[in-house]
Amino acid sequence: MKEFTYERATSAQEAAAKAQRIEGAKFIAGGTNLLDLMKLEIETPDHLIDVNGLGLDMIETTPEGGLRIGALVRNTSLAADLRVRRDYAVLSRALLAGASGQLRNKATTAGNLLQRTRCPYFYDTNQPCNKRSPGAGCAAIDGVSRQLGIIGVSEACIATHPSDMAVAMRVLDAEVETVDPAGQARKIPVADFHRLPGDSPHIETSLYSGELITAVTLPPPVSGNHIYRKVRDRASYAFALVSVAAILQRDGTGRVAVGGVAHKPWRVEEAEAELPKGAKPFAAGLLADAKPTQDNAFKLPLVERTVAAAINEARQ
Amino acid sequence: MKFDKPAGANPIDRMRVVGRAHPRIDGPLKTSGRATYAYEHKDVVANPAYGVIVASAISKGRIEHMDVQAAERAAGVIAVVTADNAGKLGKGKFNTAKLLGGPEVDHYHQAIAVVVAETFEQARAAAALVGIKYSRKEGSFDLVEALKEAPLAKDPNSPDKDAPPESRTGDFQQAFSRAPVKLDELYTTPDQSHSMMEPHASIAEWKGDKLTVWTSNQMIDWGRSDLATTLGIPKENVRFVSPYVGGGFGGKLFLRSDAVMAALGAKAAGRPVKVTLPRPLIPNNTTHRPATRQRIRIGAAHDGHIMAIAHESGSGDLPEGQPETAINQTRLLYAGPSRLTSMRLAVLDLPEGNSMRAPGEAPGMMALEIAMDELAEKLGMDPVELRIVNDTQVDPEKPDRPFSQRNLVQCLREGAERFGWRNRNSNPANRREGSWLIGTGVAAAFRNNLLVPSGARVYLGQDGLVTVETDMTDIGTGSYTIIAQTAAEMMGIDMEKVVVRLGDSSFPVSSGSGGQFGANSSTSGVYAACVKLREAVAQRLGFNSAEATFEDGQVRAGNRSAKLVDAVHAGELVAEDTMEWGALGKTFQQSTFGAHFVEVAVDAFTGEIRVRRMLAVCAAGRILNPTTARSQVIGAMTMGVGAALMEELAVDKRRGFFVNHDLAGYEVPVHADIPHQEVIFLEEADDKVSPMKAKGVAELGICGVAAAVANAVYNATGVRVRNYPVTLDKQIAALPVVA
Repeated sequence: MKEFTYERATSAQEAAAKAQRIEGAKFIAGGTNLLDLMKLEIETPDHLIDVNGLGLDMIETTPEGGLRIGALVRNTSLAADLRVRRDYAVLSRALLAGASGQLRNKATTAGNLLQRTRCPYFYDTNQPCNKRSPGAGCAAIDGVSRQLGIIGVSEACIATHPSDMAVAMRVLDAEVETVDPAGQARKIPVADFHRLPGDSPHIETSLYSGELITAVTLPPPVSGNHIYRKVRDRASYAFALVSVAAILQRDGTGRVAVGGVAHKPWRVEEAEAELPKGAKPFAAGLLADAKPTQDNAFKLPLVERTVAAAINEARQ
Repeated sequence: MKFDKPAGANPIDRMRVVGRAHPRIDGPLKTSGRATYAYEHKDVVANPAYGVIVASAISKGRIEHMDVQAAERAAGVIAVVTADNAGKLGKGKFNTAKLLGGPEVDHYHQAIAVVVAETFEQARAAAALVGIKYSRKEGSFDLVEALKEAPLAKDPNSPDKDAPPESRTGDFQQAFSRAPVKLDELYTTPDQSHSMMEPHASIAEWKGDKLTVWTSNQMIDWGRSDLATTLGIPKENVRFVSPYVGGGFGGKLFLRSDAVMAALGAKAAGRPVKVTLPRPLIPNNTTHRPATRQRIRIGAAHDGHIMAIAHESGSGDLPEGQPETAINQTRLLYAGPSRLTSMRLAVLDLPEGNSMRAPGEAPGMMALEIAMDELAEKLGMDPVELRIVNDTQVDPEKPDRPFSQRNLVQCLREGAERFGWRNRNSNPANRREGSWLIGTGVAAAFRNNLLVPSGARVYLGQDGLVTVETDMTDIGTGSYTIIAQTAAEMMGIDMEKVVVRLGDSSFPVSSGSGGQFGANSSTSGVYAACVKLREAVAQRLGFNSAEATFEDGQVRAGNRSAKLVDAVHAGELVAEDTMEWGALGKTFQQSTFGAHFVEVAVDAFTGEIRVRRMLAVCAAGRILNPTTARSQVIGAMTMGVGAALMEELAVDKRRGFFVNHDLAGYEVPVHADIPHQEVIFLEEADDKVSPMKAKGVAELGICGVAAAVANAVYNATGVRVRNYPVTLDKQIAALPVVA
């Protein structure tokens, strides 16, 4: 771990302004991912701006009838919130499928969106990784890639985004609220928040320099069966091979986002028209341009079958 | 004492203390954080500095240049030790690769430097500043490729040094070709990591030319000897201390880089140094269980009797390494007149392969016991019955050599009864509960019983306490407790009157912990020392020691009796002895047996596998303490589930290293993976193995588990997976259509 300086921010705008002004600055909230990466010198910030004191830890009802979730709401609190459990069950279930109780107690809503990939080559600083050092190459593409991406991948990177929460946020059409160094607020649809790797996999989100997440808003609740199905090699405490966040209606229509397959939660709205016909035609549309490796080609049938499991669960 | 004829009646047979379910005596220390592990000692040395290891970034090649200046100048840094300034180093007898590499690099994450600083954080930051220029060499990283050229390998554990590399009995080829029912399949097991809870760690302190190392090690005398060899100093100048070990599973059998680098760091720094291996270093820096490719051929008559059996296993290791002896059990487990076993050893430039819990049998049984399941299906026979039909009470290669005690059939029958095996549908993919496919599976358990000389020293103090000292280790197994039980039984006193001191090379050399030999061997050593102490007590009291009985703190002979403490009025008594082993292990084949029964549920949609029920029946001689023994077996069963369903060190065959080298990438079972586990011990006492009449149980518990799980998965799905781990991707294409 490299030496760094540290300060506690007192306002969101000030935090954003400092993050832009001070070279090598990063925000820290729960630190459940960042501190691990700093110990391995995968992240080497010169300055940490602690945003825990900003008071962004409320869950409020919006005038439109949705929910506004403060950036610092802990995963545990969000999963347990009665309104979330009642109206956005897919989100609560996704959160509880992730990490462990201890980690969820610390991890925040914004931090969850911003966690880095778990690609093992990203984690090993002896291996080339375009995410860690742009232009270095990617050891994963021809390496051990069982856990990695099958769609939206590039020649530079096949990493996946590890979050469960983000997959549920995607199916709920959440929006990410931010404040920039000038104090300007903006809203970014979660669909546009995470980027595909392209030739710059080190740029993972559409946030500008210094821009700070203040909240995530959910539109008014969508009724239907809220399902989160996470498939992994062991029963708990592992990242998804594939996960499915679904809101399904009695008539077979619905919406589905998939995790564990891409650099971002993967959702193709046009493919959802096929849902009433079943998982197979839906998955064919969802994964039409998939480019799996030999190691992870099984994720194609697994996505289809996990969607089928969700449809089956909705029928019960 | 030499154990060279079957044990007669002895004080252990009373089983007033031995054989009782006594909770572990070190339990309160552990649950309250007062059992001090290697890295945690705060009071043994003053002002320790911290060492952080720099590990090789390449798998094979040469360090062309190492720039340590920036590290040396970094804040708090006291010393940087590399092969350039460490002085001439030897290599330990038990090490294959050097523990300090450079300029040649033998494997990924081989230690090549240690940076010593005032604080851990300073040492870690400075370690990242060491600049290294490598030249890479091509390496051999692909077991399939490397085995194509690999020669036959001898069993390194065979007592017969002249034995041919292949073991042949009868004419396998001819018998196999004649057999009406044949099986010929290839099974693979992956590289596995011990993944014990406590990382390797050592604190080293020099006083003049005397070195003390507080460490975490299963085999004190091996570690001490190999550290002396490595440093080129007399063994007498090295003291190894390891009173508590947070798990080992074979990963701490040997001297490892933490101890060497702590010793070198302390010498360079001129003060005590502590070093631990960070988790991401452990899978590549230390040892692992090697991957295997195992071809099994079995030919059987229609009634299930095996006519011919062949087991050929291939594995790889660094040059001068050893094969994984996955054929062990096939030489002994089932009858059959025509037999062939052999091993091939390929040269790989991956990290060093070595022992992990039940080396040989654990991966061997993973293959053989699927093969038996497949054979049962081909025969249309129940797999429990197939195993019973092929039971043997003698070594099938040397029929004049009986087993000392073998109750495999009883294990299978008892297990089948308790598990409700008769209700099983042997047609696969025939039982469904909602979206779950349900299946059950069975496997035999087999692991050889090993005997290792073991010494102990026993004191009877004037306070009436009996103190046992031996360099035996307790790696979470319960050694403290069973040794206290043994001494209490022998001296006729309560457990509370026994003090046990372990894991210090200033105590008599013991068996150490490994190969499931620790419990039986080390308590036998304590038995031997206690026999001597009893003689000394009897002599002091003027009793005929042959007649003396020790009970309730009293010594009786004829119609005389005295208090035990009366013997030490004139001063404490000390006795020391070592149990040595005669030829009974050759005259009789000594092995342990069991049966594993497992029920699994497989998600019909996703192929996710969940274990629902597990039962083990074990026949392993006298059980010294049912509580600690059960704990060993359920832990082994858990590890077996890991081997069956998730554990695999993934090899990058281009770059030559284990990619998933942390506990996020290398998955072991979590609580949610493990159902209720039932363990039954058959009542046994094997008088051919030791005066304790006990055998090992901790490795027996893992042998066969993974195959029982794999067989249950097959019974649930009808998809046979022969390549471990049995993960959903290997069966998903063949699962029922759902969409």
